[in-house]
Amino acid sequence: MNVEQLDIRSHMAQFAPFDNLPDALLDRIAGEVEIRYFQAGSELLVKDQPIDSLWYIRSGAVEMYQRSGRLFNRLSEGDIFGYADLLRSNRRVRYPVSAIEDTLIYFIPGDVFEAVCEEDDDFSEFVETGGQRLKVTVEQQRDDSGLMTTRVRKLITRQPEMVEASTSLQQAAQQMRDANATCVLVVDVTETQSAYTFTGRDGRYWQLNGILTDRDFCTRVLAEGKSPDTAVGEVMSRKLIVTQSDESVYEAMLSMLRNQVHHLPVLHRRQPVGVLHLSDIVRHETHSSLFLVNNIFVQNTPEQLARLSPEVRTGFVRMVADGANSEMVCRALATIGRAFTQRLLELAEAELGPAPVPYCFMVLGSMAREEPTINADQDNALVLDDSYDPAQHEAYFEALAKFVCDGLAACGYAYCKGDVMATNPRWRQPLAVWKRYFTEWMDEPNGERLLHSSIFFDLAPVHGEAPMVESLQDLIAELAPQRPVFLAALARNAKNRTPPLGFFRKFVMEQDGEHRKSINLKRRGTAPLTDLVRVHALACGSKAQNSFARLDDIAQTKLLADGVTERLRYAFEFMSMVRIRHQADAIEQGAEPDNSIDPENIDSRERHHLKDAFEAISNAQKFLSFRYTMPSRQGASKGAAQPGGNASSRSRR
Amino acid sequence: MPRLSSKGSTRPNWPDYMAARAQQTQVPRLASFFAQGTLDPDMPIGEAPLVAMDFETTGLDGNRHDIVSVGVMPFTLSRIRPADGRYWVLSPRRQLSDESVAFHHITHAEVADAPDFASIIDELLTVLAGRLAVVHYRQLERTFLDAAIRERLGDGLLMPMIDTMSLEARIHRQPWWARLRRWAGRPMASIRLHESRQRYHLPAYTGHHALVDSLATAELLQAQILYHYDWNTPVSALWR
Repeated sequence: MNVEQLDIRSHMAQFAPFDNLPDALLDRIAGEVEIRYFQAGSELLVKDQPIDSLWYIRSGAVEMYQRSGRLFNRLSEGDIFGYADLLRSNRRVRYPVSAIEDTLIYFIPGDVFEAVCEEDDDFSEFVETGGQRLKVTVEQQRDDSGLMTTRVRKLITRQPEMVEASTSLQQAAQQMRDANATCVLVVDVTETQSAYTFTGRDGRYWQLNGILTDRDFCTRVLAEGKSPDTAVGEVMSRKLIVTQSDESVYEAMLSMLRNQVHHLPVLHRRQPVGVLHLSDIVRHETHSSLFLVNNIFVQNTPEQLARLSPEVRTGFVRMVADGANSEMVCRALATIGRAFTQRLLELAEAELGPAPVPYCFMVLGSMAREEPTINADQDNALVLDDSYDPAQHEAYFEALAKFVCDGLAACGYAYCKGDVMATNPRWRQPLAVWKRYFTEWMDEPNGERLLHSSIFFDLAPVHGEAPMVESLQDLIAELAPQRPVFLAALARNAKNRTPPLGFFRKFVMEQDGEHRKSINLKRRGTAPLTDLVRVHALACGSKAQNSFARLDDIAQTKLLADGVTERLRYAFEFMSMVRIRHQADAIEQGAEPDNSIDPENIDSRERHHLKDAFEAISNAQKFLSFRYTMPSRQGASKGAAQPGGNASSRSRR
Repeated sequence: MPRLSSKGSTRPNWPDYMAARAQQTQVPRLASFFAQGTLDPDMPIGEAPLVAMDFETTGLDGNRHDIVSVGVMPFTLSRIRPADGRYWVLSPRRQLSDESVAFHHITHAEVADAPDFASIIDELLTVLAGRLAVVHYRQLERTFLDAAIRERLGDGLLMPMIDTMSLEARIHRQPWWARLRRWAGRPMASIRLHESRQRYHLPAYTGHHALVDSLATAELLQAQILYHYDWNTPVSALWR
C-alpha cells in the first residue's frame, strides 16, 4: 500500500503533536486515517453524539461552541479536536463543532488514538493538557498580545452580509438591521472567472465590487438626499481595501489605519468570509478580561460563578505582564467585579422573582472608584424606592442581599469587615432615608459619620434603577461645597494615615510604635492619597468617583497650586503600580497577594520614585490643614487660617 | 452485442445492459462480473458503495496506447479509507514514450519489471464488483479499461461510471463539454481535476499519480454532492 504517496503522513508531520512522533507511530496513524469532506456552515459534531475518532483538520477551519452558544475555540489546518471527548469515559461530544470554511477532515480511529497515547508520553500529555489552548496561550504571550502572530480569521465571528448592486438602499439597511451588521458587501455575478471572482454556493462566479457601511448611510445617502429606492451600487464605496484571512491582525490593523477605514472585508482566497471592524481588534487586545466578563454573564449558578474566580487572578497577572498601567488593570478588575455583582443579582431575581419595588444595588469604595485591587473586599448597599414597605418587602430584599453578598464572597470578594454590605439593614434603605443619612453626615459630622462618608461618598450604581444612585451623587455634589465644617473635619481625618517617610532609613515606624520590616502600601500610600483627593473633589462639587477623574476636575479649579494635581496623579499611578506588581508576583509565586512591601525588595530607582510619591502625599496633607480649616462656631470665612484647628492632627504624628 | 442507448437525453439502462452482457459474454470472468450487476438505479448516492479509479497511460488513444498504472480507492460519501486503496504499476504492451515517462514519473526501469495488465484483471474486477466507479473524465478510463480487457480476454468491459468532470461541466452550464470532447491532451486532465477541487477549497495534491488522483476524485465527488446535489439523489441521476 502506497499510503505515503498520499501526502497524509507528510502533512501531519508538520503539526503538533504529530511532529514529534517516532516514524513508526506516525506511519501507523497515517495508514489508518479516514477522510471526509464537510461544507462550510455544516455541523460536524452535535452535542452528546457519540464520538469514536480523533478529528484532524487537513484543510479549512472549524469553530467549537460552549453550551451557551458562546465561541469556545476556533481551529484550522493541522489542528485536532475531539480528544477531550475521547478521553472521557462516555465518549460523547461536549462542545458542538461546525465548519466555518469548507473543511477536509482526517479521522484517526479511537483505538489508534488510544494506542498512540499509550506508547508516546509527549502525545498523551499534549492531548491531556488540551494542546490547542496551550498553543493559544503561548501565542498570546509572545510580543504585544500576539498581534503579529494572530491571524485575522481568528477574529472573524460570522459570515459577511452580502447584497447585489441592484438591491435598494432600504433593503440593504433592513438586512443590516436584521443581522445587526454595520456594513454590507456588494457582490455581483460575472460571466467569466478571473483573479477577482469567487465561486458562490450556486456555482456561479461572483465578484466583490464594493462596500456600504453605516457611516455611508449618513454621508453618502442622507447627506446627499438619496431616496431609499436608490440602488446600493450607486452609492457604495468602490475603493475596496481587503485583507486575507491568514494575514496577521497587526497587518490588518496597519492597513485600516493607513487607509483610514474601519471595516476591512476578509477574504479566504477570493471568497469573502467576514468583515473585520476596528473594534474587533481593540476587543482582541483586551481579550482576557473581556472574555472573562462574557463568561460571567453565561453562568447560571453562584457555584459556577465561583469557579471563574481563579481566572480573575490569571487575567490580572497577564495584564500586568503585558505592561498595562494601573488604570487599565483597575478598570478591568472593576468591570469584572461589577459583572459578578450584576450576574448574581440577575440570578437572585430569577430565584426570588422580580423585585416588589424598584431598587438600585450600588457599590461603594474602591469598586465605585474603579480602583479595586485583586484582593478587594466587597462594599455595597441597596437603595430602595420610596414606596418600600418593610412589613411587605423586607424579606425579599434581605434574601436578595444575602444571595449577592454570599455569592460575592464565594467569588473571592471577602465580606466587608465594617459590615458595609446590603445585608446590613442599616444599608438597605429607601432613597429618602439615604438622602437623610447623607445630609445629616454633612450637616453634623462626627467620627462615625466621617468614616462613613469616606466609604459611602464613593458610590456607583451596578444594577437596577441607576437614577436613584445618581440622585445621591447629585445631592453630595450640591451640598458638600457648602459644608465647610464637614470638609474641614474630613480633611483632618484624611491626615490620620501618613506616608512612611521613615521608610528611607530602611525600617518603618508604624503607628503602634513597633519596628516593622514592611510597609503597607495601601494604608500608607494609596489610601491617604484617595482620601485627600476625595476632600478636594467634594469641595469643588465634582461628581467623579475615580481618583484620576477627580484630579481632572480639581485641576479645573484653583483649589491646588499649579502642577500639584500632576504630581499627585504621578504618585498615585506609581504607588498603584508597585502594589499591583507586588500582588502579581505574589500570585505567580503561589502566595496570597497583600499590600505589604518589604523595602529590601525594592531597588534603588523604585525607592527614589517612592520617596517622591510619599513626599507629594505628605505635602498635600499639609496643604489640607491650610485649605480646609475649621470655621469658627459662627461660620468664619473658609479661607481664614486657624492654626489652632490643627493641633489635634499635628499631635497625632 | 447489446448496445447502450446513451444517445440524446435518454439515460443508459445499466442494469439491463449488465444482465444482457452476463448472458452473452463467452468470458467466464466477465460473465461473473456482469452477473453481479450494478447498483439499484434508485439507490441514494449517500448509501452507495463507490470506487474512485484513475489510470495513467502512455497516451490518449485507447487503441494505440496502454495503461501504465492503476489506482483504485473504495469509498462512500461518509468515509474514504485510503488503506483500502490499491495501486499497480504495469508494463505496457505498447511503447512507453519519453514524454509520458517525464509526465508520470514512472521510469522505463520501473515498468520493465512490472507485470502485464492481465495479471491484475482478477483483483481489479473484485474491487470494482458491487461498487459504482467514479472517475474524472470517463472517456479515458472507460475506453482504456474496455480496450485493455478486450485485448487480454477477448471481450470488452463497459460499466456505469460517475464522471466528476462532467458533473462539473453540467454544474457550470458552460459550453465546455463540447470543447472538452475535442480537446486533445491528457496533460490538461490533471489540471482540470485540480481546478475543480479548488472551487470546493480542497487542498492541492501533487498530481499524475493514479492513487493520488483517485483519492482526489473521491474527495471531489463528496464536495460536489454536498454543494449541488444531496445524499438522497439516486445514483441513476449521476451515472452515465
